[in-house]
Amino acid sequence: MNKIMIVIFWLLMGTSAFAVGVDEKRLSDPAEEARAQEIMKQLRCLVCQNQSIVDSDAGLAKDIRIIVRERILAGDTDQQVLTFMTERYGDWVLLKPPFDGATIILWLSPLLLLGVGFIIIIRNQRNRKMATSAPLSDEEQKRIAQLLNENGDN
Amino acid sequence: MKLKAFFPFLIFCVISIALYVGLSLNPGEIPSEFIDDPIPEFSLPVVGGEEVGLTTADLKNEEGVVLVNFFASWCAPCYVEHPFLMELQKRGYKIYGVAYKDKAHATNRFLKEQGNPYFDTAADNDGRVAIEWGVYGFPETFIIKDGVIRHKHAGPIMEMQFEDEFMPILESISK
Amino acid sequence: MIAELGHFALILACSLSVIQGVFPLYGSINGNGRMMGISLPAAYGQFLFVSFAFAALMYSFIVSDFSVANVATNSHTLKPMLYKVSATWGNHEGSILFWALILALFGAMVAFFGRNLPRKFHVTVLSVQAFVGLGFYLFLLLTSNPFERIFPFPNEGNGLNPLLQDPGLAFHPPLLYLGYVGLSVTFSFAVAALIEGRVDAAWARWVRPWTLLAWCFLTTGLTLGSWWAYYELGWGGWWFWDPVENAAFMPWLVATGLLHSAIVVEKRDTLKAWTILLAIIAFSFSLLGTFIVRSGVLTSVHAFATDPERGVFILLFLFLVIGGSLFLFALRADKLQPGGLFAPISRESMLIINNLLLSVSALVVMFGTLYPLLRDALTGEKITVGPPFFNMAFGSLMIPLIIVMALGPMANWKRADLMGILSRLKFMMVVSLVATLAFYYMAGGGAIMAAVWLGLGMWLLFSTLYEWSERIKLFKGGALKRILRQPRASMGMTFGHLGLAIAVLGMAATSYWDSEYQGIMGYGDKATIAGYEVTLNSTDGIIGPNYTAVRASFDVNKDGQKVTTLEPEARVYMTPPMPTTEAAILSTFLGDLFVVIGEANSENYDLWAVRLYFKPLQAWLWTGVAIMVLGGFISLSDRRFRTGTIKGKK
Repeated sequence: MNKIMIVIFWLLMGTSAFAVGVDEKRLSDPAEEARAQEIMKQLRCLVCQNQSIVDSDAGLAKDIRIIVRERILAGDTDQQVLTFMTERYGDWVLLKPPFDGATIILWLSPLLLLGVGFIIIIRNQRNRKMATSAPLSDEEQKRIAQLLNENGDN
Repeated sequence: MKLKAFFPFLIFCVISIALYVGLSLNPGEIPSEFIDDPIPEFSLPVVGGEEVGLTTADLKNEEGVVLVNFFASWCAPCYVEHPFLMELQKRGYKIYGVAYKDKAHATNRFLKEQGNPYFDTAADNDGRVAIEWGVYGFPETFIIKDGVIRHKHAGPIMEMQFEDEFMPILESISK
Repeated sequence: MIAELGHFALILACSLSVIQGVFPLYGSINGNGRMMGISLPAAYGQFLFVSFAFAALMYSFIVSDFSVANVATNSHTLKPMLYKVSATWGNHEGSILFWALILALFGAMVAFFGRNLPRKFHVTVLSVQAFVGLGFYLFLLLTSNPFERIFPFPNEGNGLNPLLQDPGLAFHPPLLYLGYVGLSVTFSFAVAALIEGRVDAAWARWVRPWTLLAWCFLTTGLTLGSWWAYYELGWGGWWFWDPVENAAFMPWLVATGLLHSAIVVEKRDTLKAWTILLAIIAFSFSLLGTFIVRSGVLTSVHAFATDPERGVFILLFLFLVIGGSLFLFALRADKLQPGGLFAPISRESMLIINNLLLSVSALVVMFGTLYPLLRDALTGEKITVGPPFFNMAFGSLMIPLIIVMALGPMANWKRADLMGILSRLKFMMVVSLVATLAFYYMAGGGAIMAAVWLGLGMWLLFSTLYEWSERIKLFKGGALKRILRQPRASMGMTFGHLGLAIAVLGMAATSYWDSEYQGIMGYGDKATIAGYEVTLNSTDGIIGPNYTAVRASFDVNKDGQKVTTLEPEARVYMTPPMPTTEAAILSTFLGDLFVVIGEANSENYDLWAVRLYFKPLQAWLWTGVAIMVLGGFISLSDRRFRTGTIKGKK
């Protein structure tokens, strides 16, 4: 009974290309396997579209994992492996967009936005100070700072 | 009223326009890297055998336009497009079929039951050649002339795709 | 018949939303009390009718009425009852109806709890809420009617995507929507304030509980989704920076910022225009998220309805709501004069830094999510922006945020003394450094970034505890009384920050020190991972209600002692035929042991593909988030907010 059930299960399973499998041929050198893993994390699974090939049971992802390991074994550098993939599938397969003229704005966006934010904040503060009071002399400002410090601690 | 206060609104307008344009794009469709490139070097065995079935040279030696279709008997959309491939064969197109990771008997049965639109069929048993060609979804169809890839379509080819996508290219390259 | 009644109720709700939107607003402008009086009954009525419509749809699912197209495409008689019910909101039409339901629910709640608001303001808020609702009703009625019939109708339905047939995912969308839509209240308050041209401490006190409530739901919903991905997808991953995840994460980031900036408005009567803008943006991101998911404009494994026509409709609606409110903001922003001044080093400034970092990170996430689309639209090139970008960009913004987070609660309003704060925290710096190094050493070293994140988590943990101990004078007599008498809001803050610290520690550990084993195992074979010895005992074929499965049994031993038996399953659902993995997880304080069973060899079924993962401190991540949400609810129970909601004390 049990065995029949399992057979039925696998007949059903056979209709899908996404059966859970394992990579049997791992690289024997742990350092090389680690490199392979790092590269695989940067490659997009073409069928599932939003995962890296590391996290996919799709057949194509498995095949590409095999290719990555083969190329590393053949002595390719990380960049050569990535280039091998982009030659066939375009920059689209790279989960990490290449740093070039068009993506520079993307990569720098956190810094740019922070900068813009800081400028806006500082200018707002300055405007408010000007709007609320005539500029104070350094002497006055020091005095105020002192007073505020005395009261401000609590 | 300050101009500065309009920034959020303006930024939002730009985003809306981008989203509007984005609606007409298909994010899942990736164009081939090989457009106007010579076809990759490969050699495939015949279905269910060891002997050489299809190689780069075969396609290079073709005169005029040929289509190369990657398919599999386990791929549901392939059944959808199959009748149209039969139709294309009737219209006189020469189509080469590559059976992707398919068991020989399944391929043969598929072609027997659904009809065989292919001039010749080869088997890509380990899926390596498909990767060489940058194939990612099934079916995929390439337009080839003089050993150069002119176009690729991912997904089933039906009358509509053929008229809208293939005809303009076929007309321009046959001139 | 029931479906038609539901459809009719939906039309009635739609009409009521027009009435609720137009007349009371007109009345409030012209001082017509009678017209303003329509507002409340309309809000209640609207809620009643949408509830009826939703109940009608749910009923159709429960009785498997396949003459309703929506039921036929998304349900199946064999499906367990829970998933028949959850299928109501697990599809395009139903989920939009659910949106409308929650929107009407919040509308009714604002109507009820807001009776002590200034009347004009109350009515204006409800009008704005009604207009947002109108958009959703029209969307449902014009493009996505959930009650559409089909003829001839099938005897059996198509079934629901098996991945969605899971308790975690059954409740993930409702919670997320409660969060999304909860932000609509904040939005309505903001727009009403713009219309009236006035924002003050009372406004902030009003808005904060709603934002908090939305934030709690959003956090829970997001985490439930993440937790689902963790145990269901079978890879032990919990965050993929998928467009749909990002769509829910962006409003979360902004809502978190809003929670903090509203404090400044309440306490110091300043930062008003900014807070209003944040309130608008937070809800805009909710709508944008809905648009991204519903229109399929970005590819995603999640988007289950892709239809450009619907996309155009939502985009138009988006433009009216967001564009309109941002335009109104531009016209009215300078009416919101800031109040209290503050020095560059002060509690206010720290909260501004918090807001800056959170909004920039929300924008960066948005930019990264939309970048492929922008690039495609402009140049036709297809590129991908994936986890490596987001981890780097988002991560680098979180580092300063966490550093400042520890300092903020210790800073005084108006003017603070940075050196003083740092010297108060001197001892905690040493403690967190020692703890980090000890942990790093015990974990056997690793990436520098791992140590950085660990350090940040420890820093936040210890300085939050220190700030708390200082505030309640822990080491003086009667501390317990003082602990319990803390204002709930500050108690909530402490929990929120502690929770994040714990979650950060969990993330750091599970991201940098996870280990895996993949291999083929026969019966009796052993595999070792992270000190556990895992033995494949047996496999068993089982039949579920709408699937068949193989259940494997693994003995887990540690140091020669049996710890537990883990039973992962590989399931194949019947309709639609699709395999899923049900990982078995042993969750401990130190980490999760995660077991996945896969393919067997097709000859004898005696060799099995097995994947094992060890995810250190994974439970800390979930626990940390739970503590954050707890903090949110504690804060929500603050008396300050209650006096705002229950009339009486004035």
